[in-house]
Amino acid sequence: MTFALEATGLVAGYGEAEILHSVSVTVADGEMVAIIGPNGAGKSTLLKAVFGLLPARAGEVRLGSEDVTNHTPDRIVAAGMSYVPQVENVFPSLSINENLEMGAFIRRDGLPERLERVYEMFPDLTSRRRDAAGKLSGGQRQMLALARALMLDPTVLLLDEPSAGLSPKMVHIIFKKILEINKAGTAVLLVEQNAREALSFSQRGYVLVAGENRLEGDAAGLIDNEEVGRLYLGES
Amino acid sequence: MTVLPAQLTSSLSDVAEGYRRHSDAISRGVLWFLIALLFSWAAIFETDLFIAGLIVGSVLALGAIGLTLIYGILGFANFAHGDTMMLGAYMAFFFLTGTVVGKRTNIDVDLGWSIDRLPGATAGLGDLSFGWGLLLAIALAAIVLAVFSVGLDRVVYRPLRRRGSGIVIFAMAALGIAFSIRALMLIIWGPDPRRYVQGLHYANEYPFGVVLKTDQIFIFLVALGLAAVMYYVLFHTKLGKAMRAMADNPDLALVSGINTTRIVMWTWVFAGGLMAIAGALLSIQALLRPILGFELILPLFAATILGGIGKPQGAFIGALVVGVAQESSIQFLRSVGFEDLSIGYKPAVAFVILILILLLRPRGLFGTAT
Repeated sequence: MTFALEATGLVAGYGEAEILHSVSVTVADGEMVAIIGPNGAGKSTLLKAVFGLLPARAGEVRLGSEDVTNHTPDRIVAAGMSYVPQVENVFPSLSINENLEMGAFIRRDGLPERLERVYEMFPDLTSRRRDAAGKLSGGQRQMLALARALMLDPTVLLLDEPSAGLSPKMVHIIFKKILEINKAGTAVLLVEQNAREALSFSQRGYVLVAGENRLEGDAAGLIDNEEVGRLYLGES
Repeated sequence: MTVLPAQLTSSLSDVAEGYRRHSDAISRGVLWFLIALLFSWAAIFETDLFIAGLIVGSVLALGAIGLTLIYGILGFANFAHGDTMMLGAYMAFFFLTGTVVGKRTNIDVDLGWSIDRLPGATAGLGDLSFGWGLLLAIALAAIVLAVFSVGLDRVVYRPLRRRGSGIVIFAMAALGIAFSIRALMLIIWGPDPRRYVQGLHYANEYPFGVVLKTDQIFIFLVALGLAAVMYYVLFHTKLGKAMRAMADNPDLALVSGINTTRIVMWTWVFAGGLMAIAGALLSIQALLRPILGFELILPLFAATILGGIGKPQGAFIGALVVGVAQESSIQFLRSVGFEDLSIGYKPAVAFVILILILLLRPRGLFGTAT
């Protein structure tokens, strides 16, 4: 079986410090997968290593059948993977339209069609195309960040804490949007502090602890798992 | 009772947020008001100084736009900007006259080839003091400086970026380059002032007591034209939008798939070309001196910070403000009681502006709160 995304035995870190010690994650075509775990488990680091922002010291990243290990982000974007960082994920002084245009920077053609398709998915942004992104509220920014990442219609979308800094109501709206994106055919790999919400929308989940795979399985099974519940879902 | 502290904190932070937004709007309003005050005073009471300030400011703008883009995109203060502008001016001088200084002082060496030997190259165009030869020389200088800037980035700044060097290291490297360029200009062309054109040129009188040389009108129009071209590039081309995106958030630009290496290269191409043209335009109405580059640093930074770091439209406005303030403020101080104030204090004006902005509104006119 080929996966949309297959990361095997990734080792990565900053300087002397090794954060990830051989982590493996797979995402099937059209699947939505959540990575949960305590602070400092290496969740964000994993996404960075997958996306080529941090050199993988060992291991392999495959996008479909293509080996993209340690490729530069522009090549990874061209290969069909997009990434939404946790914070500062819009260009504040650029207009909404320009933000989206930057999402399609590597393609020369088809910009009007791409814009139209994305505006259809995010109707709230349509009326504000000319506004600077810096004027948007937190939730709207997150929507724009998602929209930017979808400009090239990627096969895999990486999301780093999409719920960070949002109100509980907004968190739910964002997750519903992510589910909608996923239903439209994009495989999603997301990292979340908000473990219960993330698992309830995902099909599968991984628990990362201290830079290693701890548990993996069906999202529903992980929610019911006693250890997961005790450690990461705030149950006593 | 347990909810009360939470409510209190949240309402307190609301108040703080409201205050922050308010003070943001107020400080920006005050800044624009002061600028409007300065411009209207200068335009009405010192019209010719106002015009002179706009001319200087428009040329400064060409340097400041490059400086602000480099600051935004590469994240460091390019202290070599002024000296590189002068290097551009000297390159134009070199292409025009083929002159370098000899081994002994005051003995120029003529390399035997130069643009001004071409037939008709120095004949004044219309009412201008110079011919097409200087324009060709400036264009060549712009190309050379664009290539030079890209090369310098490859040799000096790119290795520093790869190493993840801090902002201080970059600033020191830029300072070192500034000193090197200045020394190079002194070695090649000597410390004595140079000029593009020999002879006297008369100014024309215009209404409202404005006295202008046609050269100055030319300088202003070229500077405005180039600023307009830069505006078009930055706001209406994909490359320019990517440059602004990178100035906003370089990490996100990388993640979006923007080829940041290429954007950095183009930034230096534009900045280098603009520096050469700006330096040469300034030198048309003044003398070429190696030290002029150092004197340009302060007004350039004042303009950049006044406009908001990384904001090209801000740098343009900032440069006009600094230009007008520099030209007219000594006269203003004389009119309010400091009759004997020397014109030599002119360079201090940029410094005063810089201090005022840093106190009043460090993020400048167009800067956004983070």
